[in-house]
Amino acid sequence: MRGQEETRVTYTLESSLESVDKVEQTAEQMARDAGIDEDETFKFSMAVREAAVNAVLHGNAYDPQKRITASFENTGEDIIIRISDQGQGLDPAKLPDPLAPENLLRGSGRGIFLIRSFMDEVHFRQLHPGTELTLIKHLGTTK
Amino acid sequence: MSMKITTRQIDGVTILDLSGRILLGEGSVQLRDAVRDLLAKGQKKILLNLGDVTYIDSSGIGEMASALTAVHHQGGDLKLLNLTKRVHDVLQITKLYTVFDIKDDEASAIASFA
Repeated sequence: MRGQEETRVTYTLESSLESVDKVEQTAEQMARDAGIDEDETFKFSMAVREAAVNAVLHGNAYDPQKRITASFENTGEDIIIRISDQGQGLDPAKLPDPLAPENLLRGSGRGIFLIRSFMDEVHFRQLHPGTELTLIKHLGTTK
Repeated sequence: MSMKITTRQIDGVTILDLSGRILLGEGSVQLRDAVRDLLAKGQKKILLNLGDVTYIDSSGIGEMASALTAVHHQGGDLKLLNLTKRVHDVLQITKLYTVFDIKDDEASAIASFA
């Protein structure tokens, strides 16, 4: 599904890695269109990719019956991306700190940390069922 | 672009030349299998050449961390060579820069395994 405005697009997608690629590519193009430089575009699209991976893998667990929704909006001041899943929900307070010495060499658990590192604002909202992540990049700032 | 791995041997060190994107799915599985195969063959001195890696995600980073742990458990060593700025930045943010031995010259990297 594609919205009407050029700067606001919404997709409803299957729980697959192809969907993750599509979300990432859309974010990357949006960043380029907004004039964000190459390094920041990489960080931005990586954060969005990580959020999409969370939705597909940890949220929907690749369930073919479940969908993820990704919306992309450029307000002129911010790029706002919302990604939601239909999974069991995520409590960000319970995520282990990937920088703790005992976690440094863990094979997973860095996705949300990277999203927070590369975005200006990250918000979690519990759906019933699922989780919505809102990622905000202020235009004109670098992080 | 998916990831490609080619393997070389120099002075008892196995160099894995990685190129492309190390991502959840095929890329990180390829890396896991490559390191596992080397350890199964007793090749425990491993140098990951990341010079042509254009992108890495949290899964790829996790796979490198797991590879380091696996190699250390076998009494070997795994080092990184030729980090691009993007990979460097991600390793720095995740503090893995502090646990990997990172080299920028192949000859001295190989010599450092001796």
